[in-house]
Amino acid sequence: MLPVALSHYLIVAALLLVLGVFGIFLNRKNVIIILMSVELILLAANLNLVAFSAVLHDMVGQVFVMFTLTVAAAEAAIGLAIVVIYFRNRGSIQVEDVNLMKG
Amino acid sequence: MIAAIAFYVFAIIMLISAAMVVSARNPVHSVLFLILTFFNAAGLFLLTGAEFLTMILVIVYVGAVAVLFLFVVMMLDINFAELRSGFQRYLPVGLAIGTVLLIELALVVGGWEVAPQAGALRYAPTAAGMSNTAQLGRLIYTDYIFLFQAAGLVLLVAMIGAIVLTLRDRKTSRHQVIAVQTARTAQATLELVDVPLGAGIATLGIRRPLPEPVAAEPEHDAHAHADAGGH
Repeated sequence: MLPVALSHYLIVAALLLVLGVFGIFLNRKNVIIILMSVELILLAANLNLVAFSAVLHDMVGQVFVMFTLTVAAAEAAIGLAIVVIYFRNRGSIQVEDVNLMKG
Repeated sequence: MIAAIAFYVFAIIMLISAAMVVSARNPVHSVLFLILTFFNAAGLFLLTGAEFLTMILVIVYVGAVAVLFLFVVMMLDINFAELRSGFQRYLPVGLAIGTVLLIELALVVGGWEVAPQAGALRYAPTAAGMSNTAQLGRLIYTDYIFLFQAAGLVLLVAMIGAIVLTLRDRKTSRHQVIAVQTARTAQATLELVDVPLGAGIATLGIRRPLPEPVAAEPEHDAHAHADAGGH
């Protein structure tokens, strides 16, 4: 079913996930890039699910990908809404400025 | 053979553009590279035979989520050069954690082996004569109907949450405030003045612009009713 071996898909997905995690650490100040990195991580998870679904000939993996996509879309919408209201209140989106609750 | 070449092309472009997403200087370029990443991931999905999810990825992600990111990046007036200042400082720790994670994942993938009994544990094996979309629809609308409805609920909550979060109460809008209406008393709005015979309201100084034109409404209604009754 797969054009290449399963491990190729897994390696590509792992590299994508590592790039997402790397992006979170690299852009510690910019919330929007952090949200994009989270999208990359979720995409890597989806890639794994689809690859396993194809290699095992099981449709359930693709069903789960649909729900992951739903949750990722909701997360992006809510996250960006929070960024917008935070920028409206403080005039900045730096992560280090988010210290109102002294956490 | 062609499919394998397509896989490598898609995978390499996807990984390069994902690296550009996290390292681009301008966030607008980051979003555009994110769109390229999603397109190539859709290509990888297509190579596995998941046609419906390919279309979902292109439509939902490129059409909605990435454009939402682009919209927010362009709407906020941010000095992005300042946001880049900690880049060099966080590079070593990011590289260290990324390397460790990559080694761990490589160990997992390197030792991966599908169990021989895995085939018997399948819940919904791929049928030969049906299209991918039909199989997915048959599964979602029967066995996973509650999960499907829960996904719809998640989207509804996200929509309401985003609206509630970003809704700004404008002072110029004249919407109805029930609490203010019910808290009104006659003493606050009504003044009884004894008018002597023959004196005009202008000389007494009680003529003033009515505080709220709404207060005059019932009187008009009463007159209209009286007129109607008289006729």
